[in-house]
Amino acid sequence: MDLAYEPRHDAFRQEVRGFLERHRDRWPTGAGAPRTAVLAWQKLLIERGYAACAIPRAYGGHGGEADILEGRIIAEEFIRARAPGPLAGQGISMLVPTLLEVGSEEQKRRWIGPTLAGEIVWCQGYSEPEAGSDLAALQTRADEDGDDFLINGQKIWTSTAAQADMMFCLVRTEADAPRHGGISYLIFSMKTPGVEVRPLKTMTGHAEFNEVFFTDVRVPKSQVVGARGAGWAVANATLKHERGMLGDPGAAEARLAAIVDLMGEAVGGGERTIDNPALRDRLMALQGRVLAMKFNALRLLSAQLAGEPAGLAGLVVKLQGCELNHQLAALAIDVLGERGVLYGGGGERSGAGEAWQQRYMFDLGLIIGGGTAQIQKNIIAERGLGLPREPKPAQG
Amino acid sequence: MMQASLDGALARLCPLERVRAFADGGATFADDIWRGLAELGLPGLLIGEAHGGLGLGLLDAALAAETLGRHVAPTPFLASAVLAPLAISAAGSAEQQAAWLPRFAAGAALAALAIGEAVAGSGGEAGVTASGGRLTGVSAFVIDAAGAEVFIVADRAGGLHLVTAGAPGLSVVPLATIDRTRSLGELRLADTPAEPIGEGRNAEGALTRLRDAAWILLAADMLGASGAMLDQAVAYAKERRQFGRPIGSFQAVKHLCAEMAAELEPCRALVWYAAHAFDAIPEEASLMAVHAKAHLSEVSRFIARTAVEVHGGIGFTDLQGLHYWFKRAGLDRQLLGGPERLRHLAAKMQGFA
Repeated sequence: MDLAYEPRHDAFRQEVRGFLERHRDRWPTGAGAPRTAVLAWQKLLIERGYAACAIPRAYGGHGGEADILEGRIIAEEFIRARAPGPLAGQGISMLVPTLLEVGSEEQKRRWIGPTLAGEIVWCQGYSEPEAGSDLAALQTRADEDGDDFLINGQKIWTSTAAQADMMFCLVRTEADAPRHGGISYLIFSMKTPGVEVRPLKTMTGHAEFNEVFFTDVRVPKSQVVGARGAGWAVANATLKHERGMLGDPGAAEARLAAIVDLMGEAVGGGERTIDNPALRDRLMALQGRVLAMKFNALRLLSAQLAGEPAGLAGLVVKLQGCELNHQLAALAIDVLGERGVLYGGGGERSGAGEAWQQRYMFDLGLIIGGGTAQIQKNIIAERGLGLPREPKPAQG
Repeated sequence: MMQASLDGALARLCPLERVRAFADGGATFADDIWRGLAELGLPGLLIGEAHGGLGLGLLDAALAAETLGRHVAPTPFLASAVLAPLAISAAGSAEQQAAWLPRFAAGAALAALAIGEAVAGSGGEAGVTASGGRLTGVSAFVIDAAGAEVFIVADRAGGLHLVTAGAPGLSVVPLATIDRTRSLGELRLADTPAEPIGEGRNAEGALTRLRDAAWILLAADMLGASGAMLDQAVAYAKERRQFGRPIGSFQAVKHLCAEMAAELEPCRALVWYAAHAFDAIPEEASLMAVHAKAHLSEVSRFIARTAVEVHGGIGFTDLQGLHYWFKRAGLDRQLLGGPERLRHLAAKMQGFA
């Protein structure tokens, strides 16, 4: 890990700080910010190199070189200013890295740019009712029909399917191949006839997920990403990116900063929760954890740039990061006290309670989704520590 | 590279039988191990080349501390090889530097550190008062006490002093702790003559630097000890068979190992960063040091008990020897402030308390 600041980094920090101050009126803040403002902000961040920095210009990125310390300074300054960061989501965090890795030149040129710009929203079609932790058991079929595939089946836990323009999807293209060998990675429009989205309401009271049904959905064979039948390997590359996204310490850092603000506010009788030693101790314990995950992320970045394997440091990110976010939300609810239960009443009054309760519940979904905590522990133990796999039960 | 050669040397110098012989034997100092470390230049790690040292930084010292913790090495290190040299290099007079640093670097003089009360608060009446060049009082939990020729002592006001062994009114009582691989003692001073360190310079700043370095090295020691416990648990889970298969193939056992690894792995970067901050980003150093020590204390306690559990009954025996690491981490946790106290200090440093 080589992380020495040079004088140019101070100058860079001032530059980021100045940029954020100068453009404060252009921040798309809050959930209700107009889409045009969100896209304009993203465009500005890419031009500036604060988003998609290392992605080639030909594919709609900034076309610069990733600098670990500059990346860190950008993240820190956005959090410090409480400024809205670059767009995230499954298209940018999962599909784009996958296309960069295995996509054809035509696919890269066509899809990466509009995805980075926020013009195309993607959803992920992996899980099925009978293929959760055992993803390779998926049954959605894509049968050959001339130059096309005809897709039939069902996906579940598809976040943003209702808003998404496109889906990247795992389907079974080779009926006779062994279960890992018969899968292909397809991309197609959500407007294709035969695609039906049904919202799936969760414990939060909202439909953050959907079920998606396919009836004779026609997709050209040219929309396979990677080789036909190699979808399992392509998906694993994508899942790696998802696990990185789900455990991203930037989110934990931003939450910690928000809780510090919350704890410093005077509530009834002028008391501040930061003065409560038990709550303050929890805050500090979580700060220690946030720092560990933040420096772990720097270590990963540094290993990536040096072309070294991430090893255990990478395998633990999803498990630890999601748990940390969950604990941060739990602290925020406790800091709010009775106000922490306000939910669904609308207006300013229920604001903070509702937001943290929603995160607290949704985080549980993230601990389960993208490979459950228990699957993560299997991966850490088997791939990271070399422990033996569970023997397959004897047949019959 | 330094870490790899130290690792190799310690594998030769103190295999488990040597650790056991030291811990059971009642000796207070292992000359063979110290000599071996001195040959590698370990005591002069932080001492400038002009005084015969290697002139390296705290990051190198932290890597060494991790390796010593990994081998539960029964040897002075924290005070003799790092903190005393650091105190005298940073704040000592030219005479003090000339008198002590070359001898420290050669491993020819051992030094102890008595800053517990100033850093971690005193229990009861412990604490040292300075007046007219003389010290009076008690300092408990003095690090690397056995065989020390010189003591670096912090007084109640945060000033640092140098006291030589044999000074009038000075006595050192050994303290038996759970961890027999390190030497702790109680220092009693009665109108004992002492030289100030950093007179006319920022003595409080010197104590802060010593404290930060100590926290980082204790965290690094726990990192090494915890890593060793995890490795032993994983190796045992692969080899031990019950119900006709390795116990590590059962998720109940496998997941304990995964949880240990998941807690420990991010700690590496935290310790490295804290040490790097000490060397290069002074404004971040104290907060990173206090968090590294507090967080590693929690993680290593979890790993110490979980690694024993993964071993089952054998882990609980003296023969297996896992308890040396368990106790090493147990001492590290309590020395110079436990996690609750440290988190309170972390809050104070940020203006939250």
